[in-house]
Amino acid sequence: MPKIKIPKSSPSIDMTPMVDLAFLLVTFFMLAASFRPSEPVTVETPSSISDKVIPENMIMVTIDPDGKVYFNLTDPEARKETLKNMASLYKVSLNDEQMEKFSLMSTFGCSMKELPAYIDLPGDSRKEFKTDGIPLDSLDNQLKNWISYGQLAALNTGKTAYEEAKQKGLSPDAADFKPKFIIRADGKAVYKKAEKVIDVFRELNLNNLNFVTSSEYNPNNPN
Amino acid sequence: MAEIAESGGGGHDKGKKRAKKSSTRVDMTPMVDLAFLLLTFFVLTSTFSKPKVMSLAYPAKIDKPTGDAPKLNNGITFLLSKDKIFYYTGEFYPADRPGKDGPTKLTETNFSASGLRKVLADLNSYVLLRKEGLVKKVKAKQMADTTYTRELEQLKGKPEALKVLVKTDDKALCKNFIDLIDEVKIAEIGVIAPVPMLPAELKLLETELKK
Repeated sequence: MPKIKIPKSSPSIDMTPMVDLAFLLVTFFMLAASFRPSEPVTVETPSSISDKVIPENMIMVTIDPDGKVYFNLTDPEARKETLKNMASLYKVSLNDEQMEKFSLMSTFGCSMKELPAYIDLPGDSRKEFKTDGIPLDSLDNQLKNWISYGQLAALNTGKTAYEEAKQKGLSPDAADFKPKFIIRADGKAVYKKAEKVIDVFRELNLNNLNFVTSSEYNPNNPN
Repeated sequence: MAEIAESGGGGHDKGKKRAKKSSTRVDMTPMVDLAFLLLTFFVLTSTFSKPKVMSLAYPAKIDKPTGDAPKLNNGITFLLSKDKIFYYTGEFYPADRPGKDGPTKLTETNFSASGLRKVLADLNSYVLLRKEGLVKKVKAKQMADTTYTRELEQLKGKPEALKVLVKTDDKALCKNFIDLIDEVKIAEIGVIAPVPMLPAELKLLETELKK
């Protein structure tokens, strides 16, 4: 009987190509991922079939499950401008450092009185800040002022960005640079609270609103 | 660690002891573990953080409403409460001022595909049937897709197309509202108007909820 030779092979595999690939992908995703700044409130949005991506230049009003209202403006320059106007309107004194800090913050929800204390908090403890959100009742409608100053400032910064893009020889669409108005309401929030915010927008004659949603399957356009 | 792999295949050595050869290979398993862990983390976080927006144009606010509300033809009104939805078609006739078919009665439906979606698809068949014809033309390359979008917009604005009024009570949730708007958009309805609820409608809704 001829001997059957069993080929001796080492069970160790050369993993180098696999590791190369894995690290390549890790690097790619690390660079491609954009980290959102930590928000003081977590909101679970309902889903819809819409496939419109959230715009760059926006004014966002967040409504949490308890109906508290938060405000956010994406453009740092516009934030500074808005805060300056708001501080002089409500006679709240803020120093340059606080202004700078505010321009880099994200969503916030506190009255003008509480704002300096809120800005001075370190980033992690802002989540625990006890507040009733931005006041928006008829006697003290701070949200209305935030939106109206905010949209003017955002319109200006959008305009300069548009001019810059034009000078670079691109053919930009002016509509892309205008601020968009976004409502991010938690699915469990009562609709009447959202309606109040919508009414504030409509009083300022801002009628094109957007609701943040997570995407879901579209029966009309399955792909 | 590097020796484990070599001694694994050494069953035929018959107990012979050899001087240990130091290998230049490094065990990469922990590194690979870490790499894949990071990879999974980034893949999952980067795909799930893309929120979408659904736009809704509200009518401009008028300080003084002029005269009576305009007559609504071919309209459906939804009354929303917490996780419940009712509707009636056409005009609203309260119990003390009934129309030709008597006072308005509410019909209950739900947010599923067999409930709300079917109701809207049936009532808006005028637009949906014509839209199918347009889609066929686009697929057969008889029509450009820009023309298709324009024609569809025109179709949505026609008097025969369904119009939707949304009225909410104090208990309705944002999720209910967004779900309804979403279904309305699926049914290709162009005119959506969130309007305040009439006291008579609220009364009718409350009696319906108690059932």
